[in-house]
Amino acid sequence: MLRYLYRRLGSLAATLLVASLVVFVVIEVVPGDPASYMLGLNAQPDTVAALRSELGLDQSKPARYVQWVTGMLRGDFGQSYTYRTPVADMVSDRLWISLPLALYALVLSIVIAFPAGIWAASRRGGAADTTVMGFTQLGIAIPNFWFAMLLVLFFAIKLRWFSAGGFAGWDEGFFVALKSLTLPAIALALPQAAILTRVMRSSLLDVLGEDFMRTARAKGLSRRQALLRHALRNAMIPVLTIIGLQFSFLIAGAIIIENVFFLPGLGRLIFQSIAQRDLIVVESVVMLLVFAVVVVTFIVDLAYAWVDPRLRRRS
Amino acid sequence: MRLKSIVPGALLITIVLVAALLSYVWTPFDVATLDIRNKLQTPNQVNWLGTDHLGRDILSMLMVGARTSIAVALVAVGIGMGVGVPLGLIAAAKQSGWADELIMRGNDLVFAFPALLIAIMITAVFGAGAVNAIIAIGIFNIPVFARLTRGAALSLWTREFVLAARVAGKSGFRISVEHLLPNITNLLIVQGTIQFSLGILAEAGLSYVGLGAQPPIPSWGRMLADSQTLITLAPHLALFPGLAIVCTVLGLNLLGDGLRDWLDPRLRRER
Repeated sequence: MLRYLYRRLGSLAATLLVASLVVFVVIEVVPGDPASYMLGLNAQPDTVAALRSELGLDQSKPARYVQWVTGMLRGDFGQSYTYRTPVADMVSDRLWISLPLALYALVLSIVIAFPAGIWAASRRGGAADTTVMGFTQLGIAIPNFWFAMLLVLFFAIKLRWFSAGGFAGWDEGFFVALKSLTLPAIALALPQAAILTRVMRSSLLDVLGEDFMRTARAKGLSRRQALLRHALRNAMIPVLTIIGLQFSFLIAGAIIIENVFFLPGLGRLIFQSIAQRDLIVVESVVMLLVFAVVVVTFIVDLAYAWVDPRLRRRS
Repeated sequence: MRLKSIVPGALLITIVLVAALLSYVWTPFDVATLDIRNKLQTPNQVNWLGTDHLGRDILSMLMVGARTSIAVALVAVGIGMGVGVPLGLIAAAKQSGWADELIMRGNDLVFAFPALLIAIMITAVFGAGAVNAIIAIGIFNIPVFARLTRGAALSLWTREFVLAARVAGKSGFRISVEHLLPNITNLLIVQGTIQFSLGILAEAGLSYVGLGAQPPIPSWGRMLADSQTLITLAPHLALFPGLAIVCTVLGLNLLGDGLRDWLDPRLRRER
């Protein structure tokens, strides 16, 4: 297991290194000088030069890349060109909205998909299966931001159960804050739940046809017992793969959904930064999101090894 | 049973395609003409789906918007296939070689960047627009097709008809083009349909946040973004573009499912 862990850690580090290079090179291609942009058209050349020096823009590109990466490793993301505040502070404030939102949506999608997938698989070909599959087709086809708008229209404007947007803040209490993330999380979770339900169902159907399932039934286990004790664990590998992949979609989806609900998360920050040409913030937030996706993929890989001991031995 | 999904899927897609093509020669109203006095009309006999906040006919905008969605998604699939399939074929032909390693690591890298993040980076550098949306979605499609092609081609390389071609002295390139490619076309068509539907959703999402097609080009995502602040006054503004996206994606998914079952006799027997 340790060898497997080291190999995966090496792959994780390599992916992050190349990803950081890609992000840096792409963003550095951008024409124009941030210092000139910040100071405006009438700035004196010596003032621009001083600001360039302050921001570290007068260094060579490789030196700036090394400084950026080593800074991030220490938790120093540089200084926002627009707000002149540390990017790390801006990011950490917003991370406490985006990350719980993505996790909340992930939990919701699992809570919906697991029972629905198991139910559909255990009633293959029946009315329940057809209904669940019909809903999943629809769930996959609905854009989450449109679903979010419909949720706002119905639950916030018509029924007034939730607020139409904004974030109450964690200081207001856990459940108050969670309530303001509920509609966004439902909107984010819907398509993911639909995909996960389909994967759960098809994976379970594959396992239910295996010989060991017949043996389990022959030993006297009821269909339900065989399903829960033997089939479920064996059906988990494809399900875990999709859960891992979904996290990256949830992160990306959260960027859009935050705009629907005016949530002051990383998504709003990134769009504000693009509008203000605050590229150091764009660079850092993109890298942070890539880091989150890569780390989750890594955790999912470890989960495979936990679920399927053959993977550990093979490595 | 699943074969039946081809018919409703094809029907939905045909309606969208006909509407998009028809918009080149005819729309009920000109989408560039503003008619403020006639703004926010609910569906009526003149404007079948109503008008927007600038008095433009929603049906006409949906028809022209279909062009944008289809064009962006189609070209993005083209990029994914055009680059991904040759890469996959090369990787399978040179097993354990540099191409194979490059594809697998490239896959890891691209999967670390959701399409929206690629779009954000491209937009930050080059500005928003339909072309940049195409590039972003296209880049995301490349590893999908590369991986699929590699997997399918690898299994074919051990088949007898490929061995016969090798004995006949054919090069890896000729075997890939003349024997492998025709055998994985079905697979590519099915995956192409799926990526096309994902492309429609991605284009709508990018346009919604302002990273896709820019005004005055109508796009479904942009229409939804414009409708957001008016949703209490005129919910129909948000309803119809959303339904257009759902119908198109649903149609493509049903078509993809149906085609997969139809083109794969093994699946047909199992169901």
